[in-house]
Amino acid sequence: MAKVIRNGCIVADDFEVLRLAEGDTAETVAVPGGRVIVPLAVWQARRAELAARGADIGVWLAGDEAPAALAADLPRLAVVAVNFPKFADGRGYSIAALLRTRHAYRGELRAIGDVLRDQFFYLTRCGFDVLQPKEGKYTDAQLEAALASFADFSEPYQAAVDRPAPLFRRQRGVAA
Amino acid sequence: MYQYDEYDQRIVDERVAQFRDQTRRYLAGELTEDEFRPLRLQNGLYIQRYAPMLRISVPYGHLRADQLRMLGRIARDYDRGYAHFTTRTNVQYNWPALENVPDILALLASVQMHAIQTSGNCIRNFTSDPFAGVAGDERIDPRPWSEILRQWATFHPEFAYLPRKFKIAVNGADEDRAVIQVHDIGLDLVRNDAGEIGFRVLVGGGLGRTPIIGEEIAAFVPWQDIITYCEAILRVYNLHGRRDNMYKARIKILVKALGIEEFRRQVEAEWAHGRGGPATLTEAEVARVVAHFVDPDYETLSGNDLGYRQALAANKPFAAWAKRNVRAHKVAGYASVVLSLKKTGVAPGDITADQMDFVADLADRYSFGELRVTHEQNLVLADVRQSDLFAVWQQARDAGLATPNIGLLTDIICCPGGDFCALANAKSIPIAEAIQQRFDDLDYLHDIGDIEINISGCMNACGHHHVGNIGVLGVDKNGAEWYQVSIGGAQGNDTALGRVIGPSFAAAQMPDVVSALIEAYIDNRHDDERFIDTVRRIGLDPFKARVYGEKRAERKVANG
Repeated sequence: MAKVIRNGCIVADDFEVLRLAEGDTAETVAVPGGRVIVPLAVWQARRAELAARGADIGVWLAGDEAPAALAADLPRLAVVAVNFPKFADGRGYSIAALLRTRHAYRGELRAIGDVLRDQFFYLTRCGFDVLQPKEGKYTDAQLEAALASFADFSEPYQAAVDRPAPLFRRQRGVAA
Repeated sequence: MYQYDEYDQRIVDERVAQFRDQTRRYLAGELTEDEFRPLRLQNGLYIQRYAPMLRISVPYGHLRADQLRMLGRIARDYDRGYAHFTTRTNVQYNWPALENVPDILALLASVQMHAIQTSGNCIRNFTSDPFAGVAGDERIDPRPWSEILRQWATFHPEFAYLPRKFKIAVNGADEDRAVIQVHDIGLDLVRNDAGEIGFRVLVGGGLGRTPIIGEEIAAFVPWQDIITYCEAILRVYNLHGRRDNMYKARIKILVKALGIEEFRRQVEAEWAHGRGGPATLTEAEVARVVAHFVDPDYETLSGNDLGYRQALAANKPFAAWAKRNVRAHKVAGYASVVLSLKKTGVAPGDITADQMDFVADLADRYSFGELRVTHEQNLVLADVRQSDLFAVWQQARDAGLATPNIGLLTDIICCPGGDFCALANAKSIPIAEAIQQRFDDLDYLHDIGDIEINISGCMNACGHHHVGNIGVLGVDKNGAEWYQVSIGGAQGNDTALGRVIGPSFAAAQMPDVVSALIEAYIDNRHDDERFIDTVRRIGLDPFKARVYGEKRAERKVANG
C-alpha cells in the first residue's frame, strides 16, 4: 500500500492512480475495482458509470487541463489530483490554487507524479492536502524527515491558499 | 534604506537553514543532480566553468556600507579577493566552494542579505533607478514599491516553477533609468488626473535570444491593486507559457503569440477574481515601508559651493571627473557620485575586497552610509556634499575608482563571458579591454561624448547588447569565437533594439571595428549630436560602408 502525506502525517493509502498507456482509450480502458483516481478524459467519457462508485473514484488533472472542466463535478468528488509530470513543471500550483479559490473545492486535493520533498512547502501553500511521492522514491525514514519541510518558513510574506492573508494583514497589520 | 523587521530576518534565517539541509542531502547523495539544480539556482548558485558561481541579491541596487564590507569579507575569506557587479545590480562570486555556500549565506543573513531567487525560473531580483530618491526628475520614489513587491515575490509558492525566469523593473522618474521596456514586467509609477498613485504596466519585453520591447497592458493600475494585477499576469503566464522549448518559454513569446489584446483580456478575466482580495495593499503597509525611505538629514547648504567651484577651475583632472561622474541632486549643495568600475585593465563591474572596504568607508564618511549599484555596473554615492567632492575624488582616484568615463565609450557594460560563464559562446572581457585600450585618450573620449557599448558573450544577453548604442554579441562559428556587431540600440525612454551591421568579426578586429564606427560618427555628426542620434538620423549604411568598405556594404549581407 502506498504511503502518502495527508495533512502533514504519513498514512497508508489505497487509492490507485490510473494512467492511460499507449493504445488505451478513455472509453475502453479497464478501470480497476477498489479506489481509483482516473484521468479527466476517462471521467468525462464515463461519468455515469464512475459516479455510481461514489467515494471510490477520484479524478486527476494534467497540467494543460483547466480546473473549470471539473467545476460541476467538484461537490461529489472525494479526491481531485493534479499530476506533476516533472517537479519543475509549475502549472500544478496554479491549478491547485484555482481549484481551492475560484472553484471553492473543499475535498481532498492530491499532488501526484514527480512530487518531491523540497516542494512540499509550496505545494501545501497552494492548497494540496495530500502529497503522494512516487512509490519507492523515499524510504520511510526519509519521508519522516521530510515532514520537517512543512515548517521551513514560519511566516511567509504573501497570501496563498493555506494562509489567505498576506503577512502585512496577518501580523504586521495587527502589530501596527 | 529598508531595514529588516523580525519577520524579514526570520525568513532569510530560515532560508539559510533550508539550504544548509538541501546542500547536506545533495552531498550525501540523497538529492540527484536534477533535483538539486533548481534548488541551488533559486539560491543563486551555478555550476560554472571552473567552480560554482554564487550570485547575491542586491534588491533594486541598494546597499549599506556594512553590507558592502560583508561582501568584501566574503570575497576575502571564501573567494579570491574580488567580486563582480552584474547588470541586474547583483553581486557574483566566481570561486566559492559548494560546501561553504551555506556559511556564506549565513554571513549574508547577518547583514540582511541573501541570494534568494537570483537565478532559476522564478521572479528575479527587482531592479530600479540608481538615483531613486535623489533625482530631480522623480515623480514617485520607486524604492518602497520595489521593496513591497520584493516581499510579495519572495518564496511566492505559486510562481517558483515558472516556464522561465521572470524579471521586473520599477521606474518612477521622467527619464527611465531602469530599462523597464525590456523587462518581463515593466512598472512605471504615475499619477492619474486625481493625483492618485498607480502603475503604468508594460509586459512582454526582454532581451535574450528574441529581443522584444514590452507593450503597455494597462495605462493605470491603482497602487492598491498592483500585487493582484501582477499575480493575474503571472498566473496566466504560469498556466499558458510554453514549457516545451526553453528558448520560447519567456512571457514575451506568449504575449506575441496571443497578441497584446488577447493577453490583456485573459489577464483582466483573471484579475476580476483576485482584485480586491486579501493581497490588496493597505495604506498601513505602504506607510510602514515608505518610512524606511525618507530623506536623510540633509544640511541646508548653498547650491553653489565656492571651494568646489575653485577646485573645478584649478584642477583639470578633477573637472573632467566631475563632468562625467558627478550628477545633480535634488537638494541644493549635494551631488551624486558615480564610482567607475570601468578602469582599463579591470573586468567591467569587478571590484576587489579592499576596494569594497574603501567604498564602504567613503559611504560612511560622505554619503550617509549607503550606496547603490547601477545596471551599468558602477557604484553610486547618492548623497555627497558638493564641498566634499574634491576629497571624494582624491581618495577614489587613489583606489582606482575615479576613471572619469561614466557614459563614455570606455564605460562598457560587459558580462563575465567565456572567461567564467559556462553558457558563453565567446569571451567578452578581453574584447572590452581591447576597446578600452584603443580609446585611451581622454580628450578624444570626451569629444566622442555619450555612447554606450554593451558586450554579451552569448545570446542570453546578460551584457544587454541589444540596447547598446554599439552592441557586441559573442557567437560560436565552428568552434571559433566571433563577434556580431549591432548599432542603434538604446535604453531609456527611447529604448530601441540595435540592428546588426553585417558579418561577424574576429576578436582581434574589434578595436578597428569600433574605431571605424566612431570615425563614421564623427564625420557625420551635427553639433552636439550624440552617436545614437547620428545613427537614427543617417541610418546604418554610412557605418557599414566605413566598417566593411563601400563595395561590401552594397551587397546583401545574409549571415550577420
